[in-house]
Amino acid sequence: MMENEIDRELLEKIADMLGKPVGAFNIRKDSGCDGRQSTEHIQITSKEDGKSGIDIRIQDGTVGETCHIPVIITKPGIQEMVYNDFYIGENCDVNIVAGCGIHNCGDQESRHDGLHTFYVGKNSHVKYTEKHYGDGDGKGGRVMNPQTVVYLEEGASIQMETVQIRGIDSTKRDTKIVCGKGAEAIVTERLLTHGDQTAESDMEIVLDGEGSRGRVISRSVAQDTSSQVFYPRMVGNAQCFGHVQCDSIIMGDAKIKSIPAITANCTEAQLVHEAAIGKIAGDQLLKLETLGLTPEEAEECILKGFLA
Amino acid sequence: MLELKHISYSVREGDGELGILNDISLTIDDHRLVVFTGPNGGGKTTLAKVIMGLVTPTSGQILWNGQDITALSITERARLGISYGFQQPPRFKGLTVRDLLTLASGDKKLSKDKCCQYLTRVGLCANDYLDREVDVSLSGGEVKRIEIASILARNGSLMIFDEPEAGIDLWSFARLTETFEQIHRTGSATMIIISHQERIISLADEVIVVGDGTIRHRGAAADILPKILADTLGGCPVLTKEVAAQ
Repeated sequence: MMENEIDRELLEKIADMLGKPVGAFNIRKDSGCDGRQSTEHIQITSKEDGKSGIDIRIQDGTVGETCHIPVIITKPGIQEMVYNDFYIGENCDVNIVAGCGIHNCGDQESRHDGLHTFYVGKNSHVKYTEKHYGDGDGKGGRVMNPQTVVYLEEGASIQMETVQIRGIDSTKRDTKIVCGKGAEAIVTERLLTHGDQTAESDMEIVLDGEGSRGRVISRSVAQDTSSQVFYPRMVGNAQCFGHVQCDSIIMGDAKIKSIPAITANCTEAQLVHEAAIGKIAGDQLLKLETLGLTPEEAEECILKGFLA
Repeated sequence: MLELKHISYSVREGDGELGILNDISLTIDDHRLVVFTGPNGGGKTTLAKVIMGLVTPTSGQILWNGQDITALSITERARLGISYGFQQPPRFKGLTVRDLLTLASGDKKLSKDKCCQYLTRVGLCANDYLDREVDVSLSGGEVKRIEIASILARNGSLMIFDEPEAGIDLWSFARLTETFEQIHRTGSATMIIISHQERIISLADEVIVVGDGTIRHRGAAADILPKILADTLGGCPVLTKEVAAQ
C-alpha cells in the first residue's frame, strides 16, 4: 500500500483514517485496489460478474465491527463507475465508512459514480457514513454521483450520514431506502456548495412494513452562485411514521430548490414534512458579535453549527 | 465609568425626522446597578443598544473608561468588556447551550463545572440543557435564561440586560434577582438593567426613567418609585381627556 501526502490527506478527510485502519477495509485508488483486508466476520471480495467493485459480506451476529471502503482519485481524467454490494446478516451492529476524495490538479474532469446496495438482515443495525471531499487547483471538474439503495428487513435499521463540504463541483445523489416491518431509516444529509457548484439530491424512503419509521434531516448551505435541488420523498404504504425536515441557508447569488413530498397509501400512515430556506438572520450575527466575534467569525460559527 | 454625552438618535419618517433619543447625557460610575425604566416606546432599549453599538447615534459621544468608543464596532466594544442580554434572544440551529456558553466565555476549554455554575445561577440544570440546541425546541423562558447565562459566562465589566424578567416564571425570577444582587454585592461589574419590575428596581443604586427619548427622572429607587406610580395612567388617555372636558 503506497501512500503519499495527498493520499493521506484525502483518506483522513473522507474516512477519518490515520494510518492503517483496524478491521476490514478496501482502499480504491485511481480505479485500482490499493489495499484490502477481510476479517473473520467481514469478507471483502472483488466482483466476479465483470463489473468494477466489491462485495462485502458480513456474517450473522457481527457486532461492534467497522468496515472502511474509501475511494480516492488523485489523477486527472479518471472516470469510473463502481458497484459495491453489502450483504449484512441478521442481528448485526456494524459501522461502515465509505467516502470519496478527489484531488484534481489537471485540466480534465475526474469523475466517480458509485452504486452502493445494502441488503440488511433481520434486526441488524448499520451505521453508514459517506463523506465527499475534493481539492486540487486544476481546472478539471471534480464530479461525484453516488447512488445508494438500501433494503431493510424486519426490525433492521440504518443510520445514514452523508457529508459534502466544499470541493465537489457537481454532484447528483440518489438514495432509495425500502423499510420492512418495524424497520427504521434515519438519513442525515449535510451539504455546502460554493463557487458555481451544483448539487442535486433525490431521495425516496418507502415505508412498506407495519411499524416502520423514516426520518430525513437535510441541512445545506449554498454560497456564491452555486445551486442546489432537494427532492426528498417519503412514501407510507402501511402503518408507519415518516418525517422529512429540510433546512437551507442561502447566501450570495445562490439558488436552492427544496421539494419535499409525502405520499400516504394507507390510512395509518403518519407523514410530516418541513422545509425552510432563508439567509442567516441578522439578529444571530449581532448576538455573536456582542460575544466578541467579528462578523466573519460569527458567520463561520453559524454555518459550522448548522452543518455540524 | 460610562459616559454618554448629548446622545441623539432619529429616524426618517416620510419627509421629516422622528426623534427617538433627544440629547441624552448620563454618567454611570463603576460597579453601580442602574435600572432604566419608563413607558414602552420611550427609548430605553434604543439607549441601551447605543451603548453596545447595536444602534449608531445620529449625534453625541460615548466614553467607556475614558476611551471614546462612539466609532467602535459591536465586536470591539464586546472585547472592551461590554455585554448585552437581548430582550428576545435569537435561536441557533445546531449551536448547543454548551457552544454558546463556550463562545461567550472566550475559553475554548470551558469546563462542565463552569457551565453548570452559570446555568444554576439562572435556575437551569446543566445536565438537562448543556447538549441541547438553542433552537425552537426550547421555550421562550428557557432561551431567555440561557441568554442571561451567556452574559454571566462573558463576565464583562459592563453588563446590559434588556428586560431580563420577560417570559420568566416567578420561581426563576426570584433566582435571577438573587444573581443580580450577588453580582452587585461583589462589585464584579457595572450593570444596566431595563426593567419594569419593582423587585429589580428596588435593587438599583439609581433608577433612570426614560420617556419620549429623554431622561424624565433619575434618583434612588425609594424616591423614583412613587413618581412612576403617579405617572401611571389608570385608563385610556383619550377617554380621560373627554371626561375632563365634560
